[in-house]
Order: sequence, then C-alpha cells, then structure tokens
Amino acid sequence: MRLGWVAAHLLPPPSEIAHTLLALAGQGLAGHVLVSTARVLAGFVAGAGLAIALGVWVGLSRRAEAVLDPSFQALRAIPSLAWVPLLLLWLGIDEGAKLALIAIGAFFPVYMGVASGLRDVDRKLVEVAEMAGLKPIALARRVLLPAALPAVWTGLRNGLSLAWMFMVAAELIAATRGLGYLLTDGRETGRADIVLAAIVLLALMGKLTDSGMQVLENRWLSWRDTVATR
Amino acid sequence: MTVNAYPVLDVRVRRKAFSGSEVLRDVHLQLQEGECVTLVGASGCGKSTLLRIAAGLERDYEGQVRLDGQVTAGPTRDIRFVFQEPRLFPWLSVARNVAFDGDGSADAARVEQLLDEVGLAGFGARLPKELSGGQAQRVAIARGLFVQPRVLLLDEPFSAVDAFTRLKLQELLLRVARAHRIAVLMVTHDIDEAVYLGDRVLVFEASPGRITASIAVDVPQPRDRDGPAVGATIAAVRQALQRAHAF
Repeated sequence: MRLGWVAAHLLPPPSEIAHTLLALAGQGLAGHVLVSTARVLAGFVAGAGLAIALGVWVGLSRRAEAVLDPSFQALRAIPSLAWVPLLLLWLGIDEGAKLALIAIGAFFPVYMGVASGLRDVDRKLVEVAEMAGLKPIALARRVLLPAALPAVWTGLRNGLSLAWMFMVAAELIAATRGLGYLLTDGRETGRADIVLAAIVLLALMGKLTDSGMQVLENRWLSWRDTVATR
Repeated sequence: MTVNAYPVLDVRVRRKAFSGSEVLRDVHLQLQEGECVTLVGASGCGKSTLLRIAAGLERDYEGQVRLDGQVTAGPTRDIRFVFQEPRLFPWLSVARNVAFDGDGSADAARVEQLLDEVGLAGFGARLPKELSGGQAQRVAIARGLFVQPRVLLLDEPFSAVDAFTRLKLQELLLRVARAHRIAVLMVTHDIDEAVYLGDRVLVFEASPGRITASIAVDVPQPRDRDGPAVGATIAAVRQALQRAHAF
C-alpha cells in the first residue's frame, strides 16, 4: 500500500482501520456491536432451544425420527438466503424477520448435533442402565443426554458461528444499526475502511463468543478421554 | 426354619436363534446359593448369549429364567452383570459409577467400603479415564456388588488385563463372592481360571450351543493353582473341550 500498488481507498492500511475504529468508537460503535450481539444471542437462544427440544424428541423416538427427520434434512438443504423474501413477507422488515433468520441459522447445526449424538450413544452403556432398571426418563437424563453432550456441544458451537453469519445477512438486507448496517453504510459511502473495520469486529466477536463456548466445554466435558483432554 | 427348596438361579433355554441360525438349544443350568460355576467353550458357541438371557438383557428366546423359583421378566436387582469391558460412565466419578444403581441418595460410606474391598480406597473422586484397565474392572465389580445381588454374572471379565492383574482379580472375585454370599456364573476362555474359580465347570459345544459336560472341581478353597488336584481337573476340562470341538 505504501508503495502505491493498491489504492489506499480500496485497501486502507491497518493503521487507518485502527484510526477509523477509534473515530467510530466516538460515534456509537459500541451501540452497533451491542445491537448485533443482542440479535445473535436472542436468535441463537431461540433457534438452539427449539433445536434441542426437537432433537431430543427425534433422537429418542423412532416414530418422531421417521416423521420429522426427513423434513428437517430437506429444510436444512435450503440456502439461508432463500428464506429472506419469505421472512420479509411474513414478518416485515422489523426485528422479527432478523431474529427468525438468525434462529434458522442456529437451528440446524444444533438439531443435527442433538439428534445424531443421541442416536450414537454406546449400546453398551445403555445396557448397563438397563440392568440398573432405569425408566425411560431417567435413562435419558442420566445416560443418553450426558453421553450425547459432546456432539450437542459441537452443534452449539457451529450453531453460534452460523448465527453470527446469518446476523450479517439479516442486517445487510435492512437495518439501521448493527455491524451489518456498518458494512452497508461503508459500501454506500465508498469507505472501505469502515467495511474493513466492521469485518475486523465481526471476526473479533465471533472468536470471543466461540472462546467462551470453549471455556464452558473444557469445564463440562473434561471427563472425555480424548486427545484434547489428555 | 425354612429351607430354600429352589436353586437361586435356574436358566432353561429350549431354543434361542439369531435371524434363523440357532445359537442355543436345550440348555439347562442351575446355580445354588454361594456357588461359583464357570462356563468354557469356543468363541461364538452361545455362552455370552446364555449369560445375557440370565441377566434379562435378551428376551427373545424360548425358555425361562427363575430366581428363587420365581420367573423373571427382564433385569432385576438380584442379578448383576460384569461385562467384558468395564463399561463405566465416563462422565461420572468412580464413586458415582459404583453407586449408579442407587436411588440417588449417594451412600458414601457403602461406596467407600466397596472401593476398599476391591483395593481402590480413596479413588472415589477419580474419573474413569484416570484408571488403568484392571482398576476400571475392579470398579465395575464394586458396582456389581453395590445393590447386594444374589447372583453375579461375569462375561470374560479379566480377558483384557495382564496375567498378574488377572491372578489378583481372581482372588478378589473369590473373596467378595464369599464375603457377600453371592452365586457366581462366569464365562471365560481360560481353562486354568475356570477350574481355579469354579465349583463346577460347564463345557459348551458350538452350533447349536449346548452343555456337553459338567465337571465338578472337588478341591476345597483356597486352592493350590499348581497342585495335582487342580492340575488333574484342568486336564479333564481340556479333554472335554477337545471332544466338544473336535479340534
């Protein structure tokens, strides 16, 4: 850039991006980050909560699996952006459509993690529980869910990172605040530095929340006898 | 005073088949209180299936399992199973694994006493991944004893540990079975082990699985592993096994 190989207005140097970040910080940058984070968390909680409930049902009931799982697999194959027109029609351009899109993004990885985690529980452990005379609910609580937790957790982590992605998609379409709005704003005003600043913040926030998940994982799944927990 | 007229365990299997092929036919086996019976036979001759039927894990067969004369339907607390692998729940501590069959009110004193009995005093807070294979199998035995069962079923429980650990685990099994007056039915591939532990050794024949010989081990415990009496019985079992499988 210094050598003039790339035009500075297209790829500004890191120093200028830092500058922009500082300048934006004085103009409500924290508000943008907060709005986006709140959307991601709300959408993630809704999507993941529903996914856990349905995933448990499908994972534990052969009949539910036969009825619901093929439909979910078909829905999963739909590209995220295909939902946008429908959500806009149904929910308008308000907050509802954005949260719904984020929830859809978070739903499928979590659903897959829960359902497959429950299906893959070691039959040998289930037999021990059977010998102990556990009833179905106790079996699910004491054996199936803990055994499925590693897969569930992977699903939650993937779901959270997808929630960030879908948040940007949602905010790019229609938003007046948030990191996605900054991206649009930067593009429309020809400010590559703002676009890059928003991208840097997205990377940072995504990494931050994922690290949080990892800390919890290390705490709750430390019993695993794996390369990671050696 | 009433004398219990029934054997503690009575397993009668007229027929058991997996997808058409017959694995057990006309097997009848009784276990008296405090008795230790060992089962030997080639792999795939239905010994493990018989054990699973006795445990109530296998329900699709012709026949019945009686405990003290009462027909059982499914697993009961009076019969515990020690599997070939320890099958501990990896997310539970050793103490919680031992007390898994409990009603939730963790009986710490009893768990500690059982762990002490299997030589693992002070291991209660460890996770299964921190145990060696022999230690994990001892935890599995402690778990089997937790509900004070009448019958302990073991399916090649010591096959995955080294020879020295195996000898120690055999002593341990004899000791706890006697201390708790538990009847033991054990499948093993090791003829020495079958004779050393068993009051009776049942020899299995394959396809379909049947008991072809029942050899009493008339040697009082404690036994001398290298003594002539044990040696003679080992030879008898080996010959019966060779006849059954016509090597």
